[in-house]
Amino acid sequence: MQTWRRTLESLCLSFGAILVGLLLFGLFCALAGANPFEVYGLIWKAAFGSSSTFQNTLIRASPLMLSALCTALPARLGLVIIGNEGALVMGGLAAISIGLIIGTALPPILVQIAMAVAGLVAGGLWIGAAGALRHYRAVNETISSLLLNYIAIALLNHLVGGPMRDPSSLNKPSTFPLAEVNMLGNIPGTRVHWGLVYGLVACLITYFLMQRTTFGFAARTAGGNVRAARIAGLPVGKLTVMICFLAGSCAGLAGMVEVAAVQGAANESLNVGYGYGGILVAFAARHNPLAAVLISLLVGGILASGGILQRSLNLPDATVLVFQGLVFLVVLYSDSLYGKIPFFKEKPIITTSASPPASPGEEPVMTA
Amino acid sequence: MAEGLGWWGVPLAIVAGTMRGGTPFLFVSLGECLTEKSGKINLGLEGTLLTGAMTAYGVSYLTGSPWLGILAAGLAGLVLGSIHGWLSQQFRVNDVAVGIAMIIFGSGIAFFFGKPFIQPSAPQLPTLNLAGSNVSPAVEAALQISPLFLLGLAIAPLMKWFFQSTRWGLYVRAVGDSPDAARAMGVSIFKVRMLSIMAGSFLAGIGGASLSLYYPGVWTERISSGQGLMAVALVIFARWNPMICLWASLLFGGAQALGPSLQSVGIKQGYYLFNAAPYVLTLLIMIVTCSPKRTLAGVPGALGMDN
Repeated sequence: MQTWRRTLESLCLSFGAILVGLLLFGLFCALAGANPFEVYGLIWKAAFGSSSTFQNTLIRASPLMLSALCTALPARLGLVIIGNEGALVMGGLAAISIGLIIGTALPPILVQIAMAVAGLVAGGLWIGAAGALRHYRAVNETISSLLLNYIAIALLNHLVGGPMRDPSSLNKPSTFPLAEVNMLGNIPGTRVHWGLVYGLVACLITYFLMQRTTFGFAARTAGGNVRAARIAGLPVGKLTVMICFLAGSCAGLAGMVEVAAVQGAANESLNVGYGYGGILVAFAARHNPLAAVLISLLVGGILASGGILQRSLNLPDATVLVFQGLVFLVVLYSDSLYGKIPFFKEKPIITTSASPPASPGEEPVMTA
Repeated sequence: MAEGLGWWGVPLAIVAGTMRGGTPFLFVSLGECLTEKSGKINLGLEGTLLTGAMTAYGVSYLTGSPWLGILAAGLAGLVLGSIHGWLSQQFRVNDVAVGIAMIIFGSGIAFFFGKPFIQPSAPQLPTLNLAGSNVSPAVEAALQISPLFLLGLAIAPLMKWFFQSTRWGLYVRAVGDSPDAARAMGVSIFKVRMLSIMAGSFLAGIGGASLSLYYPGVWTERISSGQGLMAVALVIFARWNPMICLWASLLFGGAQALGPSLQSVGIKQGYYLFNAAPYVLTLLIMIVTCSPKRTLAGVPGALGMDN
């Protein structure tokens, strides 16, 4: 059982890491000649300052939640999958294809369901392939999923620039636009589209799947010790492929959301950093889907502040990338501090047992 | 480049592209090879490559000397490498995750400081001309060879000799294969890995310099198309052998030249798909050469372990 000290430790380390990342970033800004407090203020204002800017953050956070699951779920199996971007692109491509094929022949709700399913399946197959290669051919899943990213982007560029190109999109090649009625609407009273709900629901479902079901237990067991899982008769190969499929389908859904709620067509804006952002969210959340929701808000806020930093302080858009990188590095370092800070150490409690009297030095030690 | 040669332009352009496109692969894969021999993976070489490309271009532009640019690129790589080397050896820190963070951080640094250098043109490295004076301009252009390519050609056998026949090479191999044995020899695992990662990042930084100062010879945010990441796959394919890294780099450089060279003879259909050739090739090679039944020959024993 986790005690309050343990919980406090993981809370303190997570937030401490982000704070230290902020400090380092301030130092970086100061070195680059910008006033760090002004930068902090602008990020805060752009991310959470008013209800209007917070809605921008929410719009960015929803694909991040879905994309983060693509790294977080396989991590429970001990796999490092970084194919978020590729699965997102494939999901977006599949969704727009289905959306364009059906057109207005069916009611919008059915079209949207078909698009979501297409996104789920395409993304799932993409990362599922990386999982299958891992299990059946021992191909390193990190590298194969990364290569699949590049292949997916090449496919996107090919389709958008050639076979699926809308001739009227001159500056930025795009596919034909989705019919207006088939677009995902906004949550009433806000500018935030329904994709946010998709993200929240996906994080909730996967959390319960991993923490509260036998399937999740089997996956975590295999992640802890493959050999033990095999001896226990767990189908490790099937688990690997299924988890990877599930992970990829989350990122594919993110692609569908981007296409159906934001872009209205597939174009190169599909790969605008939700891939790496999702990886960062997954690691910072320690691969916990519920924590990923909160961290997505934070990272979504950082992404949303990129434009304003550029306009107000004339800092390059890459400032946001430096910030993400610094936070990521500090978050990784904070992992090594677990169990090293004396305050969070469990105090051994020496229990006095009735009989027989323990010989000196062999008292049963229990942790509370 | 290949106008006037017709279809002969395709193989010629591929040969030329092999030498041009192969150079960054060569440096990054040799750097990754050295790093992995010591038992750690550095995925962050993609970020190092970008930072190296930006530093080389910037320094070359500001000082007017491309050679200083190359040196600066190596040093910038060294700094990023020291971050990776230190962080990836902390308790419970996964080197693959650090690598991903370093990709983000390195490309962030490169794009942040590289913004002012996108417009101006920096002095490029001089090239050696292999072709005689009486050949057509296309052939002449194809046979211009960079001194960096020759340098890479020299480093590959040198590294092989280093691993096989020197005391320090033995230390690196011992740390990568069996940390316990290395500890028994009285070698500091931390120091050896730190130095290997830093030296490997130095090479990757120079690989970046070859992108911005030789081919394609510009600095843009899209200058690297994943060479730093493909190098990791390339080293696996090359079985951690520096000489095979050399041949594999040439193969990858050639695969990369396929798209542009077909475009130069007027085949525009599927340009992007041909550009994906190196990635598909890498994936196919990994599928064919890996097997769940045996570990790969030549893999450093401690690679991917928590120690």
